[in-house]
Order: sequence, then structure tokens, then C-alpha cells
Amino acid sequence: MSSETPTKTPEAAAVPPSGPAPVKKVPRGHKRLLTRRDRITLGFMAGVPTVLHVALVWVTALASIALAFTSWDGIGFDSIKWVGLDNFQQLFTDNPQFWPALQHNVIWFVVLICIPTPFGLFLAVQLDKNIRFSRVYQTAFFLPVVVSLAVTGFVWQLVYNPDTGLINSLIGANKPGHYIDWIGDPHLNLWAVLIAASWRHTGYMMILYLAGLKGVDPSLREASSLDGANEWQTFKNVIFPTLRPTNTVVLVVTIIEALRAFDLVFVFNKGAQGTELLSILITNNIIGESSRIGYGSAIAVVLLVISLVVIIPYLIATFRKERSA
Amino acid sequence: MQDLSSSFPAPSRRGVLKGVGGAALLGAGIPLLSACGGSGSSSDPKTVTLGSNQSDAVPKKAYGEIYTAFTKQSGVTVKVNTKDHNTFQEQINSYLQGTPDDVFNWFAGYRMQFFAAKKLASPIDDVWDKIGGNFPDAMKKLSKGADGKYYFVPLVTYPWAIFYRKSVFAAHGYEVPTTWDAFLALCKQMKKDGLVPIAFGDKDAWPAMGTFDQLNFRTNGYDFHVELMAGKASWTDAKVKNVFDHWAEILPYHQDGFMGRTWQDAAQTLVAKKAGMYVLGTFVAQQFTNKADLDDLDFFAFPEINSAYGQDTVEAPADGFMLSKAPKNKAGATKLLEYLGTPAAEQIYLKSDTSVVAASNKADTSSYTALQKKAYEMITGAKSLTQFMDRDSRPDFTSTVMQPALQKFLQNPKGVDSLLSSIERQKKTIFASS
Repeated sequence: MSSETPTKTPEAAAVPPSGPAPVKKVPRGHKRLLTRRDRITLGFMAGVPTVLHVALVWVTALASIALAFTSWDGIGFDSIKWVGLDNFQQLFTDNPQFWPALQHNVIWFVVLICIPTPFGLFLAVQLDKNIRFSRVYQTAFFLPVVVSLAVTGFVWQLVYNPDTGLINSLIGANKPGHYIDWIGDPHLNLWAVLIAASWRHTGYMMILYLAGLKGVDPSLREASSLDGANEWQTFKNVIFPTLRPTNTVVLVVTIIEALRAFDLVFVFNKGAQGTELLSILITNNIIGESSRIGYGSAIAVVLLVISLVVIIPYLIATFRKERSA
Repeated sequence: MQDLSSSFPAPSRRGVLKGVGGAALLGAGIPLLSACGGSGSSSDPKTVTLGSNQSDAVPKKAYGEIYTAFTKQSGVTVKVNTKDHNTFQEQINSYLQGTPDDVFNWFAGYRMQFFAAKKLASPIDDVWDKIGGNFPDAMKKLSKGADGKYYFVPLVTYPWAIFYRKSVFAAHGYEVPTTWDAFLALCKQMKKDGLVPIAFGDKDAWPAMGTFDQLNFRTNGYDFHVELMAGKASWTDAKVKNVFDHWAEILPYHQDGFMGRTWQDAAQTLVAKKAGMYVLGTFVAQQFTNKADLDDLDFFAFPEINSAYGQDTVEAPADGFMLSKAPKNKAGATKLLEYLGTPAAEQIYLKSDTSVVAASNKADTSSYTALQKKAYEMITGAKSLTQFMDRDSRPDFTSTVMQPALQKFLQNPKGVDSLLSSIERQKKTIFASS
């Protein structure tokens, strides 16, 4: 922020210690910036997380990219066979679940952004007015976010169970002849899961927007009310534009939620007909007694590419903004 | 970000601490990466370790009693390492490659042969020299790997059949159907009488595979079934189409909403006498918790479709034990396997779990329930035994291709042709992979 002389110092500070050279030159015990203990502490503070990060994020990501071009059953490294683009070719042409899975991930995103997100914003705006029992409502709407998605899936499964579930028992749709199979019917089950996902997403969005609204300068509201704007006009022309940073966060969070959608469906019906998702296809191919790790990795690479296509422009935009600020 | 360094114009202790970051000290943690592997525990000649997938209460207790009896007889303790049934299956791959227990629970058939071929199990011909006399030929065949050596000691098995309530059949005057036409007529009659003819739940995706197996070996015989499962016969063969045509005939008599129902829930409709029949393994008896209901439960073999094959094949998955690739206590493990192959061990198990029968033909059947006796007769009278689709074929093929494909068929029985060619295409690539 400060535009004084030290603009250059970050580089200057970073360059000398980055190589091992100065450590070598200076004999042990010489008065140095860093004591021996400092160096050991640093080793743990910086080294351990770095190694963990590299090993668990980068190595695995690069390994799965490499494996996507192989066929491997996961038993011994000598059974890895290079197959080139075969996995991708099979995926795009022969796998009857791939395109539905991709489509469902997109639907997942569209639904989350179109229904629970505006609803979460609506709730946040209402709660921001300091109405009575505001805290109670906040807690109630936020509760689904606190609960693990696996548990959420379990609870909703009980609601949707075709024989003994809440809905079918109430409306009597569990008799032969007029049966509603919420979990199995491929035309219904995705929407059934999406209701559960939205139920959770609303609370998440509400909290994000509530935080954003708390940051809106009260004088803006005051000014707009002095100008005679009504509540809707104030929201549309004054409040909503100031929520721009929050909207960006919401968009990114929702995209990520749509891409990583997994647990809810896995508990619900393991991604059977109608609820296939990329993440579930990956799991089904990689986990198991004789797995198709190469093929599963190929699906993972597709998911990675989609994620990058979405995330990279966002990061570029964010960094560009920061640099120009 | 900015305040990290801007306030310190020259390199300072603090600045260096910040600036060094991870890169310079990356080396510090690298040994961590290579520090895996290597089994620490030393072998104790008086202990055999055993990896168990029997996490359910009834079998866990039953197996435990066998090990106690073994310890009493031999003085060798069995240290059991029990894992959740499904988790065990999912992790079997890495479990066997890591430091597995000396002996582990597993299934007969292709699933056993696969790990034997990958050299993740030790051959146990020496054990079979001692226990060979206890088993019928069908079981011997099931216990061999593709190389002809023995790798498996079967303990228990259970047949798949059509289950029904005796009281329901008596009340309506139904007769057990032995032919396809009689079976269809019975389904029709049951529907008329307000029953669900065939209880069904395919949420877990495997029950449909059991129905397919029955239809396939009744229509095309054991040999074709085995060839199809081994990836040799073609799924686009008219014989396979014929199987699905028969399936489509009885599909309207299946319970509605099966895609969202577990097999346990489907079994409850049989318990409640709302359903007339149910195609499943004898483990369905576990759902009959009331003694009177259990006594009312009976079953019959899947009806004949092609007279050339009659009812000669029975699907009877066998569960048992294998020896890991490098057991720490080989002598003890061999002793344990020999014991597990005796009729005595099986009888101990069957006392606690009455939903299965002994794999040995030497086991004492006098304490069997009526259901067990019938199951035993069905298995010993069979000309050929099959395991189950995911035990007779590559599990990666059955779980990633067949499970969704069969579910798709059940949703849309009319699209069989394109479905079968899709299965065939996927099968070729999977079976070609290794």
C-alpha cells in the first residue's frame, strides 16, 4: 500500500537467503540473522507443510494426470501399461454414464445458482433488518450447513424412502399402482437430491450475504432514503451493487459446490440411474478390489480441466484487480 | 500481503524468517516420503493373524467360536483383525499389497483367482492334501486358481432361489412352479389376488445381477454362463438377448419402485405377506426375526426355461479363507487352514448362523433347520455351481458396467439392443486391459 522507497525491498529481502550459498559461506556459530534453532524451527514451520502440500496435492494431481494415459489395476507398479488416449476415447464414446454425469454437474450448478442463492440473499436481507428473533432464524437456516453432507443425505433418504419415507407415507404414494420412487426414478431422483442440496446451500449463501450486508456503509442507506428511494429501489440501486465482492465469492463457492458434489448423492443412491456425477464415476472406477485406476484418472482429469477452466479466469481477474489497486 | 515485508527496508532476522519460505527448506521433510513400508512386528510362532470381513454380529460371533475351538485344540492363538464388510472389499487391493494378516476371509470364484494370479496369495496344496476328502468335487473346482493350484478353503455357502411363504401359497392354493409357463401363470394369478408377485429392491444394484444369473443359466446353460462371465462369449449374442426377453416378460410382476429400495426393505414385503415370491439368497432368512415367520419361509429352485438344462445349475456363493502372499507364521496359518477345512469347524459356525450351509459334504447335517436341509440338498444335487455375477467375472466389469447397465434395462426394457452393444464394447476394453 505505502508507495515509499521500500517497493524494491521485498525482492531484495527474498533473494539472498533463498539459495543455500550464504549458509555455506558463513561458518557455524558466526553471528547470523538466524540462529541454529531458528533454522530448525523454520525447517519445520515451512518444510513440513510444503512437503505435505507437494506430496498430497501436486504429486497426486500430476500422478493422476500421468495415470490417465495408462491402464493400471493398482497392483504393483509393473502392471502400469501406457495406452495413450484410449481412456479418453472410451470415456467420450463408450461410457454410457459419462455424458449424463457431466450434464448433471452442470444442472447442479444452474439449480444452485438460480434457487438457493437468491433465496439465501433474500433471507440475508430480511435478517439484516434486525427483526425480532433474528438470531433464532439465522441459526435455523444455518443449521443444515453445520451438518455433514453424508448425514444430510441420510436424513433426506429417510424422507424420500419410497416405502416408509415421510413424503410417500403422507401422500399415500407407496401403494402398488401409484408409486413415486423418489430415489430410483431417473426423472425424479436428481431433483430430489437437489432439493436436499439446496436446503443446505441456502443457509450457506445466507451467511455469506449476511456478512456482506454487514459491511455496507449505513450512510448509503441513509442517503438513499433521504433521496426518497423505497426499499426495493434502495436494494436494487444501492445495496446490491455494493455486494459485488460477495457475489464473486458466492459464484466461485457455488461452482466449486457443483463440481465437488458427491457425498449427498453417494449416500442417497450411489449415483445410480439419473444421479450420475463425475466425482462418483471417479470413485467407482478407482476404489474397489480390482480397480481401473487409469480410467478413473482420465475422468478425474476431465473434472480437473473443467475446474481449471472455471477457476483460472477468476484467479486472473482477482490478481489483476489486486495489482492495480 | 503488503505488510509482510514493506516495513523492513533491509534484510532482518524476521524478514529472512518470512522470506525463506518453503523452498529453501523443502528438503527437511523429504525423508518422510520414503519412510513408509517395512513391517515392524516380529512373528510369534504361537499366534496367527487373521483379517476378517465378518463385521456383522451373527457371523462375527460364529467365526470367533471357531477360532476359540482351534486355539483350544492346537495352542495357537488367532488374532482377528475385523474390518467393516464393504470397507474390507474396497481396500482388499492395497491390504494384500501391504502387510496383510496371515490368513484372510475371501470369496471363491473369479475374485479368488484374480488375486491368486496376481501372486497376492499363497498356494495351499499342502492343506488340501489333508482336507481334500471333506469336500465334493464342485467345491474343489471352486477352490482352485487358474493355474490349477489350490488357493481357497471354503467354509460356508448358500444357494439363491425363489423364496415364498408356505401359508400364503396354502391360503391361495398356489403350487410351486417348475416351468417358465407355470411361473408366469402364477405371477399373473398373484397379481389378480392383490399380491406383489415378485418382491424386488435394487438400490444396491447387485440384486438384479442375481436375477440375471438365474435367467441366463436356465436359458443358456452353465457353460455359456461361465463363458459370458469370463468375457469370452459376446453380449450381443442372440442367446443373451433371449435372457433379457424372458426378463422383460416377468418385469411387470416385479415390485414397483425397486430402484429406491434395499433388499432388506423388499424382504419386509415378503415378511408382511404382501409379496408372493422373492428371488434372493438364503440370507433373506436373516430378515425373518420372528420364529413363526421363519418357520413359514420356504423356497424352490428357479423354474426351468430350456429343457436341455432343466434346473441343473444352482447359484451358491461360497465364503472361506485364503493365505496371504508372505505369511509371518506359515506353519501356524497352515494348521489353521487345515482346521477350517474340517467338518468340525463348519459345524461350530452353523450352530450360530442358520442362514447358510456347510461347504463340506462331511459336515453333520442333523442339527440343520428345515431350510438349511433343503438348501444343502439343493447344492449337493446340483450338476454345476455358479458363484454370483461379481464373483464369477471381473469385479471392475460388473461394478462399473453391469450394475448400471442392468439398472438401465430395468428402467427401460425396450432399449436392450443398444444396451447390449454398449456392454459388449465396454467389456472388450476392460477384459483387454490385463
